[in-house]
Amino acid sequence: MHEMSIAEGIIQVLEEQAKEQNYQRVKTVWLEIGPLAMIETDALMFCFDAVTRGSLAEGAKLNIINIEGEAFCMQCLKTVPVQKRYDACPECGSYQLQVTQGDEMRIKELEVE
Amino acid sequence: MCTVCGCAEGEVQIEGGHHHHEHDHSHDHHHHDHHDHHDHHDHHDHSHAHGHSHSHDHSHDHSHDHEHHHHDEGTVVAEGDNIHFGKGPAHAHVAGMSQSRMVQIEQDILGKNDRYAAINRARFEQQSLFVLNLVSSPGSGKTTLLTETINRIKEARKVAVIEGDQQTANDADRIRETGVPAIQVNTGKGCHLDAHMVGHAMEKFEDMKGGLLFIENVGNLVCPAAFDLGEAHKVAILSVTEGEDKPLKYPDMFHAADLMILNKTDLLPYLDFDVERCIEYARQVNPNIQVMQLSARSGEGMDEWIEWLESHRKNMIQSRIDALQSEIDQFQALL
Repeated sequence: MHEMSIAEGIIQVLEEQAKEQNYQRVKTVWLEIGPLAMIETDALMFCFDAVTRGSLAEGAKLNIINIEGEAFCMQCLKTVPVQKRYDACPECGSYQLQVTQGDEMRIKELEVE
Repeated sequence: MCTVCGCAEGEVQIEGGHHHHEHDHSHDHHHHDHHDHHDHHDHHDHSHAHGHSHSHDHSHDHSHDHEHHHHDEGTVVAEGDNIHFGKGPAHAHVAGMSQSRMVQIEQDILGKNDRYAAINRARFEQQSLFVLNLVSSPGSGKTTLLTETINRIKEARKVAVIEGDQQTANDADRIRETGVPAIQVNTGKGCHLDAHMVGHAMEKFEDMKGGLLFIENVGNLVCPAAFDLGEAHKVAILSVTEGEDKPLKYPDMFHAADLMILNKTDLLPYLDFDVERCIEYARQVNPNIQVMQLSARSGEGMDEWIEWLESHRKNMIQSRIDALQSEIDQFQALL
């Protein structure tokens, strides 16, 4: 994924929220990211650091909350864990899976002042 | 540069090298707890004896010119290879609380793009404009496929094209030669089109009611997958001169697409591209993906593609009619 624009997207949300929630500085950001979210967290941390310079989140800490990947298997008719888009069902080997969780890419909460 | 945290010092070796992390943070404003070292070390197979005891000593030798910065050690939970932050009771990572406070925002990072995409989609629906987002690697033959397609349908339908490229208006020029309007969007440093750019580009077209709009995205099989532009369908174009395992290498894109076009099939006799295997791979990442084989150059398979366009355009207009009809029915029931 394009982690630089994701990082810029985060800053935009932080700036928008600064008016609504009335804060001047962001000290910590908690992100929820699933394994299917197309985000490389190492690269995101790198970019976040670069794009926060000079912003209200300069020096802010970025914490990642990992979400588990889950999919519904059409063959087994139940929810199974997945790590990648093309994972087969770990129980029956089918690729007839509907991802139900794991593509999240959300700002969960902030520590602000 | 250190890709774990982005600090400007330290040496990185990608691919299983030893990642040494002893730089002393001599630059300003750079505070992070390097908890994720553990995570990192876990991925690299070197014998570096450390427990999960957080024994690194944060010897930042710079003067903290703002003291409202807390390195909190209490909220990291390691579960196998995953390190979880902020799992402490009530997120009590706000040591010394000061004036800082916690704000729950629960916002999708791409939420802004998605909002613009929803606006685009509503506009497209209102105009019964059938919009496709064409995605592929550079050089898959998107523009040739487009010019051939336009030549076949331009008499019957209004057609317009938005061309995304980092630089140059070459592709838009090729489209304009067919006689239909094209807007070139140069993304500059960007690697994908976003819904906001498309919304602006749309304003340049005159009445497009009932027509077709093709958005030729930047040649890139990665980022455009995540950016909804408001289109009816994403169409992934893969030329048979590429590897048949592209759907597995770039699964997100093939997962997001409703149709995969295997282009340049006239070259198949000269290649060892395994069509069946490619389709199998695509279905692995997206069981519902439709597949079409064609050659924009020889014209083989083009009829099927035009038929697909016409039928999906018709379906879209029909579902719009159905929605309006049910709205009318509701109002009539009120009389």
